[in-house]
Amino acid sequence: MFLETILIAMREIRRNVMRSSLTILGIVIGVAAVITMVTVGDGATKQVASEISSLGSNLLDVRPGQSFHGPGGTRSGAPMFKIADAEAIERDVSGLAGVAPITGRSVQAIYGNENWATNITGSNNNFLMVRNWVLSDGRQFTDGELRAGAAVCIIGNTISKQLFGEQDPVGRTIRLEKISCQVVGVLKSKGQSGFGTDQDDFVLMPLRTVQRRIVGNNDINSISVSAKDGVSTEKVKEDIERLLRERRHLGKKEEDDFNVRDMQEIVKTLTGTTRLLTALLGAVAAVSLLVGGIGIMNIMLVSVTERTREIGIRLALGAMEKQVLMQFLIEAVVLSCFGGIIGIILGIAASAAGAGALKVPFLLNIGIIAVSFVFSAGVGVVFGYFPARKAAHLDPIEALHHE
Amino acid sequence: MIMPPPGTRDMYPVIELNGVTRVYGSGAAAVSALQGIDLRIDHGDFIAVMGPSGSGKSTCMNILGCLDTPSSGTYRFKGVEVGNLSRDQRALLRRHYLGFVFQGFNLLNRTSALENVELPLIYRGMPATERREMAHKALAAVGLSGWENHTPAELSGGQQQRVAIARAIVASPEVLFADEPTGNLDSARSREIMELMTIFNRDSCITIVMVTHDAVMAAYAKRIVRFMDGTIDKEKQNGGVKE
Repeated sequence: MFLETILIAMREIRRNVMRSSLTILGIVIGVAAVITMVTVGDGATKQVASEISSLGSNLLDVRPGQSFHGPGGTRSGAPMFKIADAEAIERDVSGLAGVAPITGRSVQAIYGNENWATNITGSNNNFLMVRNWVLSDGRQFTDGELRAGAAVCIIGNTISKQLFGEQDPVGRTIRLEKISCQVVGVLKSKGQSGFGTDQDDFVLMPLRTVQRRIVGNNDINSISVSAKDGVSTEKVKEDIERLLRERRHLGKKEEDDFNVRDMQEIVKTLTGTTRLLTALLGAVAAVSLLVGGIGIMNIMLVSVTERTREIGIRLALGAMEKQVLMQFLIEAVVLSCFGGIIGIILGIAASAAGAGALKVPFLLNIGIIAVSFVFSAGVGVVFGYFPARKAAHLDPIEALHHE
Repeated sequence: MIMPPPGTRDMYPVIELNGVTRVYGSGAAAVSALQGIDLRIDHGDFIAVMGPSGSGKSTCMNILGCLDTPSSGTYRFKGVEVGNLSRDQRALLRRHYLGFVFQGFNLLNRTSALENVELPLIYRGMPATERREMAHKALAAVGLSGWENHTPAELSGGQQQRVAIARAIVASPEVLFADEPTGNLDSARSREIMELMTIFNRDSCITIVMVTHDAVMAAYAKRIVRFMDGTIDKEKQNGGVKE
């Protein structure tokens, strides 16, 4: 009997293709919107996370100055680090994969007629490891070059393109400020960072070369530290903080005059933000699903009025209230499930297109597909019930004489 | 479900009305459509109900068809007091014992003749193949073999009414209620319908209660009941009322 009722409902839907498709339009759009929003949002979250982790896995950034100054903020008052601080961290903190003391400033890079404003970074070979850089050509610095402060450099992909175009830069000499510098390596491109800056636009030189011949002091701007895999970055952070407080002679009451930023924390914060945005967008889309449900109720009510006579016939022929109720309820649920399925297909297509357009990874979330399908079926039950009950409670005599 | 016990066919008349009244509205606005009807219909009878508009014959038919219940008095269907049954119980009673033919045919639109005839069997929970077979037989019995897949819009009035009759008799009901079955048809079509009804009354022993305005149609019945102002005015065996 239940199967029969489903068949009756399906037959009614088939008989009114136009009306049925208009009825489910709201659900289709609602489900598609929810799936698209959530899928594209998930992709964006994933994108942000992977961009930040491309800066370096397990990376901690140690800078002088207090944390609320923010990146690049004023560091006045706080003493700069020296090479000895980096050495102390490397020696006294356990569980480290590498420590890279960093200094630098902006310079003009010149090769032949080409001229490019860029940043110079002075560090050691650990810099490549902690920041996840891979050489696409050439070699790292030798120990001798690092010790002697030789005029050699490894250039980012952007510099290579801007100064050399199609030529092979390795072995050629570029001019940075007053010094001539031989290119020994080229870095593989990382592209834009999550913050929109070009990560490939810099020149890496041995720390000592930059200190002596470019900036002219022994200061270190920051220290990048990479923890070994499986080592807690929080623990490493605490150890570094304790060590630096000691080295900088800070009393118990004094605040840190440096800060250690844990990249994983930043990843968490940023992905948390995009997740929240995704949830908000999803919620807005869910409202349209609800509106779609009201659309179904509207059409079902019209349908009940239009089919009053049919209901009268069914009641006269011995249909029980329950059966008429089920017929209309199933009709509503079948319609909304149909809408749900079409919406899922559309949503998947739209999110694939959206992910492509926004250049974020396309991550299909089975959970949200299941949820929006169940929700659309639920909408059918909730908004189909009222019209169905109205149909079931019709007086057969009046219904039969309805024109 | 309170159903008549089996084997009681001859113990009770199929239909027995005692002092049935039906009042619409209440208080000062109350209108009395039936004012104490006594009527007994036995198995195999063929009754024509006549009377002018507003005489209460439609109200009486609704009550007899278990679509409505009396305001007072008793209606026993095969000994079962219908006034005490719930809406759903009356639906079950209609499903298993009654067939209906309406003046306006009342077929489902955009639905084939076969599917229309199958409808009462669907509600009886009959399996599809058996149902189809019975529907085919019923359509054949009303002379519509070959028209199974036509929708009402593709059929003439007479054919539509035959589909309606096939639908009414497909489940072999105890009583067939026909409310002006020939009201929308010309006289030739009307005679065909009446002949069909007579055949089902005679051969399948289906009790028929038919409302009609037309004395010619009423002449097909075995008994004529004439309503006037909510009461039964005359009750005569066939042939006696021709005016």
